[in-house]
Amino acid sequence: MADTAATADSSTTNDSDHDSGGLRRRDVLGIPANVAAVSAAGVGGLVVLYPLISQMAPSADVLAASTTDVDLSSIEAGQGITAVFRKQPLFVRKLTPKEIAEADAVPLSELRDPETLEERTKEGRKEWLITMGVCTHLGCVPLGITSEQNRGDYGGYFCPCHGSQYDTAARIRKGPAPKNLVVPDYKFDTDTKITVG
Amino acid sequence: MRQLISIRVVAVAIGLFFALSVLWALVRGIGPGFSNLAEYGQFTEPNVEQAFHKHPNHYDFSFDGPVGNWDVGQLQRGLKVYDEVCSACHSLKFVAFRDLAELGLTPGQIKAFAAKHQVPGVDKNTGEATTVPGLPTDYFPSPYPNEIAARAANNNAVPPDLSLMTKARHDGTNYVVSLLTGYQKQPAELLKRFPEAKTPPGLHYNPYFANLNIAMPPPLHTDGQVTFDDGAPSDIKSMAEDVAAFLTWTAEPKLVKRRQTGWPVVIFLIFATGLAYMSKQQVWAAVKPKKAA
Amino acid sequence: MSFPWAKEYQPQHPLMRYMDEKLPLPRLVYNAVGAGYPVPRNLSYFWNFGVLAGFFLVFQIVTGVVLAMHYAANSTVAFSSIEHIMRDVNWGWLLRYAHANGASFFFIVVYIHIFRGFYYSSYKAPREMIWLLGVVIFLLMMATAFMGYVLPWGQMSYWGAKVITSLFGAIPLAGEAIEVWLLGGYAPDNASLNRFFSLHFLLPFVILGVVILHIWALHIPGSSNPTGVEVKDESDTVPFHPYYTAKDGFGLGVALVLFFILVFFLPNYLGHPDNYIEANPLSTPAHIVPEWYFWPFYAILRAFTQDIFFIPAKLMGVMAMFSAILMWFFLPWLDRSPVRSGHYRPLFRKFFWFGLIPTMALLFYCGGAPAEEPYVMLSQIATAYYFLHFLVVLPIVSMVEKPEPLPNSITEAVLGSDKTMVKGEAADPAV
Repeated sequence: MADTAATADSSTTNDSDHDSGGLRRRDVLGIPANVAAVSAAGVGGLVVLYPLISQMAPSADVLAASTTDVDLSSIEAGQGITAVFRKQPLFVRKLTPKEIAEADAVPLSELRDPETLEERTKEGRKEWLITMGVCTHLGCVPLGITSEQNRGDYGGYFCPCHGSQYDTAARIRKGPAPKNLVVPDYKFDTDTKITVG
Repeated sequence: MRQLISIRVVAVAIGLFFALSVLWALVRGIGPGFSNLAEYGQFTEPNVEQAFHKHPNHYDFSFDGPVGNWDVGQLQRGLKVYDEVCSACHSLKFVAFRDLAELGLTPGQIKAFAAKHQVPGVDKNTGEATTVPGLPTDYFPSPYPNEIAARAANNNAVPPDLSLMTKARHDGTNYVVSLLTGYQKQPAELLKRFPEAKTPPGLHYNPYFANLNIAMPPPLHTDGQVTFDDGAPSDIKSMAEDVAAFLTWTAEPKLVKRRQTGWPVVIFLIFATGLAYMSKQQVWAAVKPKKAA
Repeated sequence: MSFPWAKEYQPQHPLMRYMDEKLPLPRLVYNAVGAGYPVPRNLSYFWNFGVLAGFFLVFQIVTGVVLAMHYAANSTVAFSSIEHIMRDVNWGWLLRYAHANGASFFFIVVYIHIFRGFYYSSYKAPREMIWLLGVVIFLLMMATAFMGYVLPWGQMSYWGAKVITSLFGAIPLAGEAIEVWLLGGYAPDNASLNRFFSLHFLLPFVILGVVILHIWALHIPGSSNPTGVEVKDESDTVPFHPYYTAKDGFGLGVALVLFFILVFFLPNYLGHPDNYIEANPLSTPAHIVPEWYFWPFYAILRAFTQDIFFIPAKLMGVMAMFSAILMWFFLPWLDRSPVRSGHYRPLFRKFFWFGLIPTMALLFYCGGAPAEEPYVMLSQIATAYYFLHFLVVLPIVSMVEKPEPLPNSITEAVLGSDKTMVKGEAADPAV
């Protein structure tokens, strides 16, 4: 590289040596033309990278498909359903009063990722726990959305891959996962219907 | 050396073989004593399609030329014509309701528009195939469940999908307008020259259609058939132009963006090429011979 | 390089010296397209097209790899995956139009490169191997381009695949079996599409390999030049860098301006509308034509309309079409004139400008026209001359022609025999 520059320099020098012979050095706004041309090529090359890189980002159809409507009417307390949001499982669970009480009883200081159940649910709808069904450790789907499945020591969710255990507010209590199960953006359209995303 | 000579002898032989073979085909085609010569080129009597087929007329559109832009109002009117007229028989399968945002529809309008259309779905309780109101992410539904149904409902002529129509025909936008406004009675001259080319029952004479007889009855037949909310004229020609503009958008939604990207790219490249030229001149100045003073 | 005055790579920076010891890649580049490759000083702009061809090969590979991230090689969804690229993928429309038109530009550039070779007899010793490799590249390009055109699975894709594979049906006895084997079925379908995609992805890298051999072979004797007189001493050459890097940079700029005008403003100009109709095995388009770069050979294929003795017309056409390119392999041994450049060959030059060029133009025109008169007749005349030119005219002309006097050296051709103003010698950075 250094060598290439040296060659370019020497040719420029030679060139200006011969200016006396009536050849004018071509400058663009005070920059030698070869420097300007190589810079322009560099700028062009960088611009070309933009479409080549951004083509790998989600396409318009993927982005558009990113809201999901979920009907809550058939979910009984203590049970939940797995919906699909952005091609990933979405846990929609109706907590029993006992589960709510258990979650509220935990002091925040005991939590790895301190959050209250209130913060993780919508106002006045504490019984609706809506989280992604994606373990925050390495992305497996935890068990426990229905009561027949292993819900772990804390009655919430249990990830069979690496043993992370979540409580009834889907907060991490034990195991390698660093964070609580993620609560996506959603809103209640009616008492029995939510729109996620 | 001997070998090389023989290569050339073989080459000449092969060359003569191919050349004489193809010239033999030429002579046989012309026939003994040039008896078939009259069948060649301009001497050929044109058939009915060559004699009466018309190329599309030219119509002016806002998106013509290298700086043209969509007329959003026109696209919306075209959407309405498609929705109220064309969609009875033609699908638009590559266009999603969400794409209508580019026509200036708000998310709420798109949602309402989508919900007006029934798209294929599954009954949540029985699992049976059914139709459900469309969502913005759904694509325009086909009027027929499959090709056989389309064929059966249309006298064996399948109405083509319109998404890419203006790119799938030469001079497509003008073609659509010309075709939609080109229905007419078969010219008397045609029937005189080609009595056997009378339009068969069930077909319609249209000189802009490749074989002159199209199965589609005139879709735009009455002025004011579609009422436009913006009060724009809704004579047959205006409606045809509007739907052609809309179909140009469906075929190439990135048309305007493409040109708008193209201008700075090409201007930059011309500038960079200018620099490259100066730099080349500078480099070569040292060794280029000059005209003797 | 082969010339004794070629500059030796001398890395200055310790890092570059280290690199040179362990993996002399900078040295390779220096000797290939750097100051270490002395090139005749008199190359015209026709010598830009080799570098341009290399550029478009890389361009096609880059855009192609990216498109393959979104394309689905399955006959049920291939067509809609193209529309997905055009509508939904970020910049997908640009990538696809650039790739489709990039193929056309690649061919434009390569055709000019080949015809430069014809005029200046670049195929002659000591450059036969470069030429042979070049013909191999051209054949591989045609195969790659054909299979690429099938991928969108439009009407022209489908019927192109059908027609081209049917060519192999002309082979006596085994023809039909070969055709079925090529397609993996009785007609183009999913199996055909998948193998075409696989090979369309593979072949460009094979081309890249042969291109490297082509350039390697070029560096043995060095570049040819418009006079056809071999380099005699240092004053005949300039180092590739900066002289030809600068010139190629300018040439590339001009090519890219034209290319992007096509991509952004007329992207479907060289395409066919029927390929925006999804493949339909039950209906052949009224007028099927291959992509424009195949037209001359398509015209030759269709020119043979009569059985010759026991050879059916179909087989004649197929043989002629393949021979039309394969015979280029023998050019170095057919044209025995001691003079290379058409500038100094009066008879050859006449046959080139008034024979070969109009013939090619006619073949291009007829190949794109419908198979009806007068195009068939014209393509028959042109085909006859095409074969006569390479196989009969060229050997005979090279024997009977009296060449015009050649300049003594490249320097003399550039500067005239008046040596008083050999400014270039002093200015040569090598001095």
